[in-house]
Amino acid sequence: MSATQPTQQTDIFGKPVDEQHKDNYLTHQRGLMSWLFTLDHKRIGIMYMIAVLSFFFVGGVFAIVLRVMLTMPIADASNQMRFEMNDTRNIVESSGATVPEEAIKLLYEPGVTDAEAQQQKIEVVLTDAASSAGAGAKVVEYPELINARDAAAQKYTQDLTNHNTFYNQSFTLHGAVMVFLFIIPAIPAIIGNFVLPLMLGAKDVAFPRLNLASWYCYMGGALFFLWVLGKGILNFLVPTLEGVWGGGGLDTGWTFYTPYSTETNTAVVAATAGAFVLGFSSILTAVNFIASIHMLRPKGMTWFRMPLMLWALYATAVIQILATPVLAITLLLLIAERAFGIGIFDPALGGDPILYQHFFWFYSHPAVYIMILPAMGIVSEVISVFSRKHIFGYAFIACSSMAIAILGFLVWGHHMFTSGQSELLNAVFSIITMLVAIPSAIKVFNWLTTMYNGSIRLDSPMLYALGFIWLFTIGGLTGIYCATLAVNIHIHDTYFIVAHFHYVMVGSTLFAFLAGMHYWWPKMFGKNYSERWARWGWLLVFVGFNITFFIQFIMGALGMPRRYATYIDKYTIYHHISTGGSLILTVGLFLVLFVWIHSLLKGKQSPANPWGANSLEWHTISPPPHANFDHAPPATDPYDYSHWRWRPEIAGYVLNEDSEPEEKDAMARNDS
Amino acid sequence: MISILAQAQTKGISLPEGASTYAGQVDWLWNYLTYVSVFFTVVIAGLMVLFILRFPRKHPDDQPHGHTHNTALEVTWTIIPLIIVMSIFLWGFRGFLDMATPPANSYEVLVTAYKWGWNFTYPNGATSEQLHVPADRPIKVVLESKDVIHSFYVPAFRIKKDVVPGRYNETWFEVDATRNGITLDAPEKEYDLFCAEYCGLNHSRMVSKVVVHTPDSFTSWLEAASDQGAGLTPVEYGAKLYKSKTCAQCHSLNGSKLIGPTFKDAYGYPIELKDGSSPIIDDNFIRQAIVQPNSHGVKGYQPVMPAIPLSDQEVTALVTFIKAQSDKYQPEGGGEEAESGDEAKAEPEQ
Repeated sequence: MSATQPTQQTDIFGKPVDEQHKDNYLTHQRGLMSWLFTLDHKRIGIMYMIAVLSFFFVGGVFAIVLRVMLTMPIADASNQMRFEMNDTRNIVESSGATVPEEAIKLLYEPGVTDAEAQQQKIEVVLTDAASSAGAGAKVVEYPELINARDAAAQKYTQDLTNHNTFYNQSFTLHGAVMVFLFIIPAIPAIIGNFVLPLMLGAKDVAFPRLNLASWYCYMGGALFFLWVLGKGILNFLVPTLEGVWGGGGLDTGWTFYTPYSTETNTAVVAATAGAFVLGFSSILTAVNFIASIHMLRPKGMTWFRMPLMLWALYATAVIQILATPVLAITLLLLIAERAFGIGIFDPALGGDPILYQHFFWFYSHPAVYIMILPAMGIVSEVISVFSRKHIFGYAFIACSSMAIAILGFLVWGHHMFTSGQSELLNAVFSIITMLVAIPSAIKVFNWLTTMYNGSIRLDSPMLYALGFIWLFTIGGLTGIYCATLAVNIHIHDTYFIVAHFHYVMVGSTLFAFLAGMHYWWPKMFGKNYSERWARWGWLLVFVGFNITFFIQFIMGALGMPRRYATYIDKYTIYHHISTGGSLILTVGLFLVLFVWIHSLLKGKQSPANPWGANSLEWHTISPPPHANFDHAPPATDPYDYSHWRWRPEIAGYVLNEDSEPEEKDAMARNDS
Repeated sequence: MISILAQAQTKGISLPEGASTYAGQVDWLWNYLTYVSVFFTVVIAGLMVLFILRFPRKHPDDQPHGHTHNTALEVTWTIIPLIIVMSIFLWGFRGFLDMATPPANSYEVLVTAYKWGWNFTYPNGATSEQLHVPADRPIKVVLESKDVIHSFYVPAFRIKKDVVPGRYNETWFEVDATRNGITLDAPEKEYDLFCAEYCGLNHSRMVSKVVVHTPDSFTSWLEAASDQGAGLTPVEYGAKLYKSKTCAQCHSLNGSKLIGPTFKDAYGYPIELKDGSSPIIDDNFIRQAIVQPNSHGVKGYQPVMPAIPLSDQEVTALVTFIKAQSDKYQPEGGGEEAESGDEAKAEPEQ
């Protein structure tokens, strides 16, 4: 950004906004109640942002906890003997005796079959040591040594139980919080809520009250998760509480697979009830988006003149409406199974645990596309704007979003290739999964071609979008490994899958989310951020992410199963590298957070259009007034940037008042 | 590049050494996928970097010109990936069918998974905690679960199949002896065996081995395995089972409370049940607790004990072992005291 920063709001013609028209949605009304009861889509978007980012923090804490736990010595199963030898020695020494090292070695000699011979050998060593030691020193007797060995074994078992319990709860809560409370709502609920009506040139979404209700559903669902978490922590601190109010925490994995989830002692009912309520939040947002896109498009904005972000949000909303009810009913059945033993999933009662997996993945696979489609929408916007060139293959990108949404419903069985479902079913799911690669590839090639011959500027939104292409390419191509039946059998449920879905869901969605946040940040808050530090943040996140997860592909290919609290020693080095990467990633994300906070506190006023984009949200001042537009600006081709000219003194792009009579007319009516 | 290609002749890129007969086929496909992926990653990332360097913004008002669509191009990059993924699908499906169809002359082993361990039962009734198989013979494994879903996974064989309660799954493998160096001089070779489906607390310790033998070595192993308790007293055999059948994961011998009650001083003492009664633990109580887990409902513990597959001989050995952990166990005297304990207990339990 140039050095001559303005301090005053400017409109799309670069003219300062008069005092009397200085309305902005952030200051339109004041006080906590004006936020909690707001019907303004922009404020609801900001409230979602605060809530969702808080849970991103919670999920992130669990991620770091589990990555660090995997580098602790107890996580390496081959250390067991070393631990027990040390403890045996310590127990003996704490009783005031000594034990010769040779006796301990004999005691833990692997592969001993003749126990009596071993005892004799050890006794000889002990007697020798006792005779050579002075009168003051006491050498341990054989039975005491055996007792010490048994006590050491018990201590290891106890430590391992604690480690495993803690790890299993951490990975479950990491997954559940990240999926249900962060990735699924992140882009639609935060960015979608904020920009969708603005992109339509509308005053709000079609049903503002439903929109607020969806935020309360989100918070309601989140409360259940906080309850699960709090109960787990309190039970850990005060173990007797478990007898009073039952188990806390959650150790089923975010997938809640039966029959484990019906028999574990943790708070499965509360967690599934939370996910159930969160589903309503998802559905209400989706209904709103579909209705808004159908009903509120301005004159001149035909379906194929919508920004691609709207196509992506539309496709996402369709999935949310069709898939979420299936998850809801599945979770209700799971609760009924646990509470009343209705016997639909439990084989002991005549049920089928594989049925649960079908139900669950019928939602949860499309949910992956709930995460990735809006991400692709953001990338389509950002690549075009920062190449200052019309998006290439608009219709193909738009239709590929819908194709992914439809195909996404027909591939859930690829999560169950090893479950024992029939070979024919596996073949069908494999071939349809392969087809998803086609619309994905179309998008990537179109983005690249958009950049060709463009005028490329590497600001932080563009860096995140390019990072998205890199991560999505790797995530997508490794997805083909997973879809290939013969290969899938080997890598199913290993770290290869963990790496794959982190590249697609986390890497791609998170990068697109951050691209969107940096892109629309000036519009959201009317403040510029430090571009320099935002780029450093990008670098750390990008490098940290790739170190953390690329190594997991190799670890998984070598056979390391997922959800393992401990592992055999040949995987140790990979776990250590991965944990190192995750720490870099953490530092990067905190840097991003500080850039944002710094911008809110110290940022300079943003112009109406800092990037030279042409979709309608840039046709109003930053931040937008309470009603967005009093009169909708004319809808033109959202990817035609030729009318916008750079104005260095405001560090933004402006329109020429005289050559844009319609815009002028719309702005003039805004003033009235 | 050449070294990678050369390596690919023998094994998959970054895969563990393959030992089963179909591992080679899987690894070839894996390598093909890797070449395709590396090619596309390099092309995409290369073009990205090239365009960034070649087309930087020179002036904020640049008006780059270019086409906004080109149907021929779109169709090209729809058709070519389609052909590639369909070829991969067909190859993968063929390989999968081979892996899913056990040959008719397979040697059959029953695999029983439970929380948290494996039990392998051979046609002659012998059982073991590690899977022992002969080389040069297709092995069909029939998978059953005693509790929740587990998954039978041997990375070196490229094989995995879920072990689902309420149904039998099956899969198979065959290990080529000469290619894997299993000879008369080194008649055994071990491979890692994992549980790959999350099954609760000690999921990550549900790790065992597959031991591949030469046919002779396997025959002699099987004979020895058929008579495991030979030469041991019931208490000694029980002590062995206490470790190998994973009792030790939940029941301590020193009085400390783990997931289940301790065995120390259990026998001969009263135990508080959830129904309010406090029967004295006798032989039958212990037997029932083992073969019908959780049927008593001991107060203060969750009903999480799995039904561990045991023969009658093994149950008897374990019962004796558990009794021996109590000071009330006096097999060579003090019989009267134990008798009176039995009588005192008979009333409240009924």
